[in-house]
Amino acid sequence: MSARESPASPTSEALAQVEKGHLDRRVLGLSRPTWPFVLALAVAMAILPFCFNNTYYITVLIFIGINTITAVGLNLLMGYAGQVSLGHAAFVGLGAYTSAILSTKLGLPLWATIPAAVALTSLIAYLVGMPTLRLQGHYLAMATLGFGIIAYIVFKQWDLVTSGTSGIVDVPPLSPFGRTYAETPRLFDLQTYYIVWAAACLLLVLSANIVDSRVGRAFRAVHGSEVAASTLGVNVSGFKIQVFVLSAAYAALAGCLYAHYVKFVNPEPFRFTFSIELVVMVVIGGMASVWGAVVGAGTITILSELLRSVGDYDVIAFGVILMVIMTFMPQGLTRAASDLLQAILRGRRNR
Amino acid sequence: MNQESPILLDVNSVTKVFGGLVAVDNLSFAVPSGEHIKSIIGPNGAGKTTVLNMIAGVLKPTSGRIEFEGMPTSGLETHEIARLGIARTFQNVMLFPNMTALENVMVGCHSRSVEGLLSAAFRMPSQKREERSIVERALAKLELVGLADNAAEAATSLPFGKQRLLEIARGLASEPKLLLLDEPASGLSAREVVSMAEVLAKIGNEGVTVVLVDHDMQFVMDISDEVVVMDQGRKIAEGPPMKVQNNPHVIAAYLGEED
Amino acid sequence: MDLASQLLQYLFAGITAGSIYAIIALGFTVVYNCTEVINFAQGEFVMLGAMVAAWSIITLHLPLPIAFLLAVAVTSVVGIGLGCVVIPPLKRASVVTLIIITIGGSILFRGLAMLILGQDALPMPQFSEGSVMVANAVIMPQSLWILGVGLACVVLLRLFYDKTMVGRAMRATACSKEGALTVGININRMVVISFALAGAIGAVAGVIVAPISLASFDMGTMLGLKGFCAAIFGGLGNFGGGILAGLMLGIIESFGAGYISSQYKDAIAFVLLLGILFFRPQGVLSGRKRE
Repeated sequence: MSARESPASPTSEALAQVEKGHLDRRVLGLSRPTWPFVLALAVAMAILPFCFNNTYYITVLIFIGINTITAVGLNLLMGYAGQVSLGHAAFVGLGAYTSAILSTKLGLPLWATIPAAVALTSLIAYLVGMPTLRLQGHYLAMATLGFGIIAYIVFKQWDLVTSGTSGIVDVPPLSPFGRTYAETPRLFDLQTYYIVWAAACLLLVLSANIVDSRVGRAFRAVHGSEVAASTLGVNVSGFKIQVFVLSAAYAALAGCLYAHYVKFVNPEPFRFTFSIELVVMVVIGGMASVWGAVVGAGTITILSELLRSVGDYDVIAFGVILMVIMTFMPQGLTRAASDLLQAILRGRRNR
Repeated sequence: MNQESPILLDVNSVTKVFGGLVAVDNLSFAVPSGEHIKSIIGPNGAGKTTVLNMIAGVLKPTSGRIEFEGMPTSGLETHEIARLGIARTFQNVMLFPNMTALENVMVGCHSRSVEGLLSAAFRMPSQKREERSIVERALAKLELVGLADNAAEAATSLPFGKQRLLEIARGLASEPKLLLLDEPASGLSAREVVSMAEVLAKIGNEGVTVVLVDHDMQFVMDISDEVVVMDQGRKIAEGPPMKVQNNPHVIAAYLGEED
Repeated sequence: MDLASQLLQYLFAGITAGSIYAIIALGFTVVYNCTEVINFAQGEFVMLGAMVAAWSIITLHLPLPIAFLLAVAVTSVVGIGLGCVVIPPLKRASVVTLIIITIGGSILFRGLAMLILGQDALPMPQFSEGSVMVANAVIMPQSLWILGVGLACVVLLRLFYDKTMVGRAMRATACSKEGALTVGININRMVVISFALAGAIGAVAGVIVAPISLASFDMGTMLGLKGFCAAIFGGLGNFGGGILAGLMLGIIESFGAGYISSQYKDAIAFVLLLGILFFRPQGVLSGRKRE
């Protein structure tokens, strides 16, 4: 080991450790593993339903979980790879409709329809993504916007397949534990709650793993500088498409869970407005970490519910809150919260 | 340098025309593989950066051929060129602002690693091993350029001279056979230029061939094995620094040029 | 109805709708040229114009011309408000953030309209009565009003940009912010003015279309999005292109609805949008090639 004039810095210590076989991730500026935190979240979510009696809260939490799944995927696309999608509701809808149609009209079991729905949606995302991802900045946003609206119109008008505005009824419920669970309302809610949050936690871990890997760094490199990334051997278009399809797959899964929980699929939830809500979830939560998706999904879903009780003011309030947060906290709530926390800790230390 | 080294890079009668302007005019030179630093210098507008961009595959020669290990570089996608073994830096330094210094260099390892989406998502043992090796390789490159202590810092928060070195470390991480440097000394203080020269000497030890473009005569003459002098798109001299420095055409081309 | 009359009917319907899209496209262009922001609240400006005019005629019993002016004034003020909000983040925020801010604005305006002016669709009287017959095709006089007012709008805008100090200052800002700064133009003021203009333009579109489509708090979204498509077709930032594209969009939509399918009429604009983006993102009608 070479002699150093200056006092041993943290990194040279870390280097020495590496040579010995250890890897101090924090000193090297690498992120800590996420799974312990997700585990903590999972435990908390597992206990939560027993803290209150009202099934309404369970329903809200289920929706937060479903939105989290979509948001995590969208976060990979927007936060890490730096692409914009203003039409992601379409992918949620495609997942919901495909699984609903396959299970009602063809009578296929859910363990077949859900993967099929995710696969089909991913394929469509691939076909849409191929020409779209060549486009820059706001052109990409526009293309996804257009696609989202077209999908909604097709959902509404293609009566033969989607039953148009009346929607698809009697969608089979999620029932991996048997029919008794599926048919008793409170048990059904509880069972779906655990399924949704298990899926959400699993996807959180997988996503965090992806972010902290060669592929994740490639996504971030594409965001940081496409030119530089390509000179290092990163196939920029290939990765853009990869992350786009991945985010669509997440959305499709969320759509399936929605369809088989609510047992009814109609076009209304998949309007342009929902695409915007999804983007808001990701941006407000904070795009720099997968946790932003959880925070964002939770915040927006709860906000919508709260504002609904206030009545007509909900739409206005939503708009105002949106503008305020974007203007003053463009990095999102997670970042704002952590900045605040850091400021407080610094203040404490200086005393 | 071995006189019998195979030709790594062959620039053969290359011309580049932009609209009405002849930026590069019938340029030819060869670069042997192995430890060798070849510099292209010339006054402003000589066409140096255009040559670099053509070697890097960004621009296509209007006529003539550029071959790397016998393969033409034009017509290939940028990321394919990187995989051939050519790395490059940029004059205005294109680091990834959203990553630390170490992570920047780790991206450099991208083309020499394989683990994909699924194995990353599920943290397969092979992926964990590869990640570890990437971190080690990246740290080694940082150490080579003297930036190991800055590993955890945000890349763009580093002073400009260090950012330059970081970009070189990142390029080296892809284990290239040829490293193209675009004005590595420009914008650096005298002390930083010295560090840069030391780093370039070390790179040679790793067996990486360097082709660089720059203005700074002193710097270029100090470190190069061979120099190509261009003026107005044409080559006016080529050879070891000593010989080129005393070439009357070269002196005439630089008359009036401030250093 | 014979074929010629039918064609003519569709054509006029298309030109009518197209004129509206064209005017809305102008609104997008004005803001984009000055700020490079795509103002997603443009559709709501149209809605506000329609709603304020209709409401003031019904509730305040104002005569049509006064209601028109009131609508334009109110919406311009709303536009000024949005412009002021956009200024601070304009320099440092990303495309996404700015888009979301304008979307927040559009949500806010829709909510305000719903709250203050009600959820019901409000009728508005035609500007003049009767109907016109051209070769067996019926044209509502409102269509002619739309065409006429639209034309006047374009002319006035052109005059504004060419002849007035403010207009020229705005063109300067659009070409080069640095250049504009060096000659002493207050960029922030230009931004606010562009939003005010966009509000006025949107309001005009809303007032003239309301007699045909009724005024409702949710009419803005689709109109805005289609007008946006027209702006893209014409090349974002290209006035003439936007107008032409708007008209063409209206005509294509009308014929598409008539001969292909009326169910998917709304999708036509967006299918065209995707087509344009995939093959020629700089717009069909703009001359310049963009990166």
